[in-house]
Amino acid sequence: MAEEGKGEVKLLGLNVSPFAIRARMALRLKGVSCEYLEQDLFHKGDLLLRSNPVNRKVPVLIHDGKPICESLVIVQYVDEVWAAAGDGEGTAILPADPYGRAIARFWAAYIDDKLFPALMGIMKATTEEARAEKAKETFAAVEQLEKAFAECSDGKSFFGGDSVGYVDLALGCLLPWFGAVREMFGLEIIDAANTPLLAAWAERFGETAAAKEVLPEPDKAVEYAKKLQAHWTAAAAAAAAK
Amino acid sequence: MAGDELKLLGAWASPWVSRVQIALHLKGLNYEYVEEDLDNKSDLLLESNPVHKKVPVLIHDGKPICESLVIVQYIDEAFASTGPSLLPVDPYERAIARFWAAFIDDKLLVPWKQAFSGKTEEEKDQGRKQLLAAVETLEGGLMECSKGKPLFGGDSVGYLDVVLGGLLSWLHGTEALCGVELFDAGRTPLLSAWAERFGALDAAKAVLPDVGKLVEFAKMRRAQLAAAEAAAAAAAAKKN
Repeated sequence: MAEEGKGEVKLLGLNVSPFAIRARMALRLKGVSCEYLEQDLFHKGDLLLRSNPVNRKVPVLIHDGKPICESLVIVQYVDEVWAAAGDGEGTAILPADPYGRAIARFWAAYIDDKLFPALMGIMKATTEEARAEKAKETFAAVEQLEKAFAECSDGKSFFGGDSVGYVDLALGCLLPWFGAVREMFGLEIIDAANTPLLAAWAERFGETAAAKEVLPEPDKAVEYAKKLQAHWTAAAAAAAAK
Repeated sequence: MAGDELKLLGAWASPWVSRVQIALHLKGLNYEYVEEDLDNKSDLLLESNPVHKKVPVLIHDGKPICESLVIVQYIDEAFASTGPSLLPVDPYERAIARFWAAFIDDKLLVPWKQAFSGKTEEEKDQGRKQLLAAVETLEGGLMECSKGKPLFGGDSVGYLDVVLGGLLSWLHGTEALCGVELFDAGRTPLLSAWAERFGALDAAKAVLPDVGKLVEFAKMRRAQLAAAEAAAAAAAAKKN
């Protein structure tokens, strides 16, 4: 049930980027049709560089020619502009009440500040010791989120309650990367034994129409991780050579 | 008014706390302020912010809200009919304001910290360069948001003014603490003018700590932390 007359929407993204996934899923939840433009982040195109000159990153939402950057900023923007839209899975991404919004924003910030860097640290680590350190941090963050789920969901299916919400998007976009870390390093970031609530949530999240459409398979993330690692190694070698 | 009890757990030197206090001041909200000793955190703080154990924490009718940007937006939304609106009304302008708020916290403050307490002169120098680059970018942001008016919020104080303004005493202390002048009328004329204008506001004067006092305190903390690290390193070396 897309809202008519809300203008032209383009999204610059990367299939495995958790941040781009958030933006794409938000649009999908609202039934907003958009032109999706997959980017090559190793050879950034003009449109990306012009639309996000400050950070030169994806995602970028371009609405009637006006760019919006930063995944959580985009998600809130989509939630506000297409406030009345929805495809039957639920309309509001952030709840209406200020306290609920504050809790959702708190956990989204936690995911970005604590979980994401630790998870990427597992990928980037060059020694077993460093990797173990980052894994420890990742598990600690996920333990907090297990507790957060209990509080936020209040017995329902998602952080957002009956339907996918802000924190669901903030965390769900990392599921392909949890899968990648399992394949590459044998680490189970969430599992039924240690984080039963999150494990069950992950299954439900993966079953939603939006997730089925947008989330890539973990092996796509593995493929990209290998590309990134080659890139980091080359960059380190170049820096050392200087 | 029933059901509007506000308590703020803070620390006088914290710019994150200043942000929240400025927002409360702008909204004309009464609140109880509790100064925390961050070396000896209160039970209330530990219970209210078990995840980070940090200030600021705003407690509204017994319910805690943490993280300065989350708190400022909460104040704006929960007290929408009290005082001025901090975030713009238009969704696109709100997105721009949120973007620059994220920029300030991610791209300005990280190099600032490195310039302030980097372990080597090389690290500090790198921090300084990145900091100056970030400030120049922010100058562009101010131009975009203000559209020629005095503040990020245009004619009136807005979200972004509060987000950057909370840091103002620390920003003024940058030369003394990081060895580089942050706002230079030549390089960043808009931000320099903004700093003066913001600093002259009642809310700023009421809330922001004295720059001299802050600089002294920051230097002392930096020395304390360095000494603690050196002691820990020496102890570790002894073991091996």
